[in-house]
This record gives sequence, C-alpha cells and structure tokens, in this order.
Amino acid sequence: MNIHLRLNLRAILGRAYPRVIGSLREPSWIFFEILLPVLAIAAYVFIYQALEAPPEFVGFVILGGAMTAFWLNVLWSMAAQLYWEKEIGNLQLYMMAPMSRMSLLGGMAVGGIFGSSIHASATVLIGVLLFKGPALVFPLMLIPIFLVTLIALYGMGMMFASLYLMWGREAWHMASLMEEPIYFVSGFYFPVKALGFWVALSASVIPITLGLDSMRQLLFPSVAAWGLFPVEIELGILVVLAIIFPIMARIALARMENLARRRGGLTLRWQ
Amino acid sequence: MNYAVETKNLCRVFKRKRSRKERKQEPTKENQKEVVALDDVNIQVKEGELFGLLGPNGAGKTTLIKILSTLLLPTKGEAWVAGHNVAEDTFNIRMKINSVSGGESSGYGLLTARENVWMFSQFYDVPSKVAKQRADDLFKTFGLYEKRNQKMRTLSTGERQKMGMVRGFITDPDIIFLDEPTLGLDVNASRVIRRFVADWVREHEKKTVLLTTHYMMEAEELCDRVAIIDKGKVLVCDTPENLKKTVRRSSTLRLEIDPLKDYSKFRDIPGIRNFSKKVNPETNRSELVFVIDDEAAVSDILSVVTGEGKRIHELRKTEPTLEDVFVSLVGRALE
Ligand SMILES: Nc1ncnc2c1ncn2[C@@H]1O[C@H](COP(=O)(O)OP(=O)(O)OP(=O)(O)O)[C@@H](O)[C@H]1O
Ligand SMILES: [Mg+2]
Repeated sequence: MNIHLRLNLRAILGRAYPRVIGSLREPSWIFFEILLPVLAIAAYVFIYQALEAPPEFVGFVILGGAMTAFWLNVLWSMAAQLYWEKEIGNLQLYMMAPMSRMSLLGGMAVGGIFGSSIHASATVLIGVLLFKGPALVFPLMLIPIFLVTLIALYGMGMMFASLYLMWGREAWHMASLMEEPIYFVSGFYFPVKALGFWVALSASVIPITLGLDSMRQLLFPSVAAWGLFPVEIELGILVVLAIIFPIMARIALARMENLARRRGGLTLRWQ
Repeated sequence: MNYAVETKNLCRVFKRKRSRKERKQEPTKENQKEVVALDDVNIQVKEGELFGLLGPNGAGKTTLIKILSTLLLPTKGEAWVAGHNVAEDTFNIRMKINSVSGGESSGYGLLTARENVWMFSQFYDVPSKVAKQRADDLFKTFGLYEKRNQKMRTLSTGERQKMGMVRGFITDPDIIFLDEPTLGLDVNASRVIRRFVADWVREHEKKTVLLTTHYMMEAEELCDRVAIIDKGKVLVCDTPENLKKTVRRSSTLRLEIDPLKDYSKFRDIPGIRNFSKKVNPETNRSELVFVIDDEAAVSDILSVVTGEGKRIHELRKTEPTLEDVFVSLVGRALE
C-alpha cells in the first residue's frame, strides 16, 4: 500500500479512537445528549398534537431531535477541538507528526460520527417508543442523503476548527450566539419551508437544513408538499456542499499552520 | 559527513505586542517589539551523537528545537534535519524525528497511558502490534509498567512525563529532541531517563539525540558535545573535556558571605576572569563563584569582603567544572 495512504488511514483511526472510547467510557453524556433532545421532542410533539397536525409531524420532530446530536457535535466538539487541543498541549505534537493535517480532523469527524450515531439512534428509539410516530417507509435514497449530509456537515465542522483556532475565544462566543437561531432556521422541529423560501434558502448553507428536509420528504411522502426543493435537487446541493466544505477546511488548515510557523503563535503552547 | 542536524546563520525573531508600560516609557509609533530568540546560530550535530544545548532561561533552546522539529520557520538562515531543509521538506523530517519536552503532559485523561502512546504512534505509520510491544518494553524501562493501563488523569505529573518519554521513543525515531527531559523529576527518575538516553545512543550507531538542559551535571555526564547558548547566541561548542580545558589553567573559588553593598569592586581586581553571584534565599547569604587566572587575586577578593566588615562563611577552591566554563563566558551562574 502507498505509504501516505497507509499512514493517513492509521492516523484517522488513531485519532478517532479517543472519541469512540470517550463516548463509551463517559456515561454522563446520556443526560445531555439524549435526555435534552427527548425533552425538546416532547415539547414540540405536544404543540403539534394540540394543533391537531397530522401524525407525520411527530415523525418530523423525532427526526429533527435525533439529528440534533450531529449538529451539537459539530458545533461544539468539532469546531472547538483544535482550540482545545492547543490548550491541553496536544496540538503541537499533532503538528509535528508526519500525517496529513486533514487526517487529524478526519479522525475527529469519524469518532464524532460514531458517538453521535449512538446518541441519535437512542433518541429515535426513545422518541418512537414514547410518542408513536407514523407508519414508516424506508426508501434507499435515504442512505446517500444521510451520508452526504454528514460529510457536508462535518466538512463544515473541520473548516470551523481552523477558524476557531485563529479567532480563539471570540469564535466561542459567536457559536453560543448562533446556536439558537440556527436551531430555529434549520428547521429541526418543523419543516424549514414554513419560514418562507428565502430564509429557508439561506439556511441551506448549513448542510443539516437540506439534509433534514430531504429525509423528511423521503420518510413521510404524504406531506412531501412541505419540502423546500425536490429531493434530487437537494441531494445535488448537498453534494456540492460536501465538496466545498472539506476543500475550504483544507485551505483554512494550511493557512493556519503556515501562520503559526511564521508567527510562532497559534499551535505553539507557551513553555 | 552526514549531519543529523545542521544550521547555517539561523535567526529567529519573534514579534510581540508592546505592553502599555513599555509604550509609555518609550513612545513610538511601533506597537510591536522584536525579540531575537536565535541570533546567527551555526551548529552541526553528527549522526550518532548525543549533543547538548546548555543555556539559561530564555537562551533560545526551545526555539531552536521548535525550528528543527518543523513547528517554527526560521526568520533568516537555514536548517537541515537528516539532510532535509526544515522550511521545505517537512514530511521527510517528520517521519524521522520525535520530540519530548520536560513540562509536557499531553494526551487524553480518559485514555490509559498505553492507549495514549499507541494513539500517538499511529500518526507515524507504526503498525499497531509493533507499537503495543514497544510501549510495553518502554513502560518497563521507565518503571511505569504497572500503571500502563491506568487512565492518564490518575497519573502524577512525573508519571505523565515518563509517559511522554514513552511517546517519544515508541516511534523509534532516528533523531530525537529532548527539551529538558528531567525537569522536575526526582533524582531516581532523572537517573533512569539519563541512563536510558545514554544507552539508546550508544546501542544504536545512527541514532542522534539533541538535548537541552540547564543542569550542568546532565550535560557533563551525558553529552558527547555541548553548545553553550546565551541570548540566542552559541558561545562555544565542544566536548565537555575540551571546554573544561579552557579553564584548566585557572581555578575556581567559591565563597559564601553576607551580602555586600557593592560588588563592582571585584571587576577591578586583576586576575579575575569572571565571576557570578547569587543570593541563597534560605540563608540570605551571597554565593560567589570566581574563575581566577592568578592566585594573587584571592587576597584582593577577601579584602573587599572584609573591607565592608562582612563575614565569610565558607571559602573553597575547586577543580573547574562545566559550570565554571559557563561563568567564565557569561559572567553569571546557570542554576
Ligand atoms: N512565541 C513567542 N513569541 C514571542 N517571544 C517568544 C516566543 N517564544 C519564545 N519567545 C522569546 O524568545 C526567547 C527564547 O525563548 P526560548 O523558549 O527559546 O528559551 P529557552 O532557552 O527554551 O528557555 P527556558 O530554559 O526557560 O526553557 C525568550 O526571550 C522568549 O521570551
Ligand atoms: Mg525552553
């Protein structure tokens, strides 16, 4: 095998490992990562039931609640990760290693997807048991949509990781400011189309928006009229995002490293 | 000759923001201040050598190691590691090196010591099985074998530092940079590390160590050659024996006295090559080290002290050590 390929595969698995272990060894996540989404789901389910919305809307909400796991993981863990690593002193060891810097972020993403998938599945399971969603169809299209959404989403997280490092604490505050509005405009708990076309379109920069919209159209065909665009077009846009974000992540990372080597800041912890 | 490390007119300047106080004292438009960390450094470390960089705080030791380990770029000049230029060929350098620094406590608290070092080995294309075997061997060497499956957050500072050594050597690097590897460790642990490093270089013909320290004893005992560095400049570079020869004709006078008001009088005494002083905060006494070329200086020194009516608590003449080389060059003690 080509040495670069082998090295970087190893590096990705190596870096994913602590994340995988982390989600298994720390049971405290159960509270935050499952209970909170379930509570949010419950709130919206009661609203929809009071409004006598069709049962599909319960399904909407459960799906949105489950996808929250990935979104929170990207926003908090992925984006802040390099900053964290710098604080605890790991970053300069990573930067000194021969692996590609993208493998570092890739490993973080793989580990994050693993942990978040457990949370998301648990949320779906609890949601379905508690609130009885509608009868489901499971179209095969769902798989590529889900995968492309994840790639685009984690690609965005990778890009944020380098930007965070350059902006430091300000970026942290910005993320906390953005968390709620993005929740809202991405339509985690209602069809994004309800916000009006232009808001929905702008929110589509965040891959989870169109990902959710497509998945809902596929899972609940009877309310497909609530979809923003036809699924094929949404998949097309998601593919474009899934290419652009990782490329931008790569550029940001290279710039960040270059800046650090020239200035002696960023990746270098004070001794 | 293949050099493991070579630098040519290497300079590194840091820019940092000037503090408010500095701006007040010296009002200029410039908001930045330049710190020269390395100033025209030329060193050549041979393959298979254990090379020491000795210098006080802020001398530029860590900066040099960061440049050599591809974390920093030179501002001017050039550097090569294993024949590759640090500014251009980072991949080939990174595959061959590793670096451990004394203050480090890297890794994840949630992982065990063994898992942590395994993880780092995976960034260097080390097969998993090989890595685990090496980890166990190294944990044994550093006396951490029993604790290897403990979560890192339960390890003490010193134990984490030993784990750092395991992390550094698990990739079997050709060149390893050790930045004050025994910093803060107890006598026993320091000895284990020193012996390991010495054996490692001796047993492998082509392995090279570049070690920084401000413990004289460490440099003297361990290193094939030592460069003494101060304020970014390499003052001398030679074997410990040769360095000591430069002060052999002179002798060293150690003096413990009550603090004097004025030390500048010593400067006028002929026959003193250089001297250093420091105050021992426990006893509140001045400890003076004189490197003297002429024995006649001794009586002049003593009369300065007694002239101020101060007591002499201890007076000792000793064989020159590496520390005396440092004092004679820099005019200040290291530790
Ligand atoms: N990132 C940085 N930005 C600005 N100045 C820096 C930076 N890193 C180091 N310096 C300055 O460069 C000089 C050399 O620092 P360096 O860390 O190389 O010293 P050192 O020999 O390793 O000292 P010590 O024995 O304390 O570890 C110091 O004056 C330090 O303040
Ligand atoms: Mg240092």
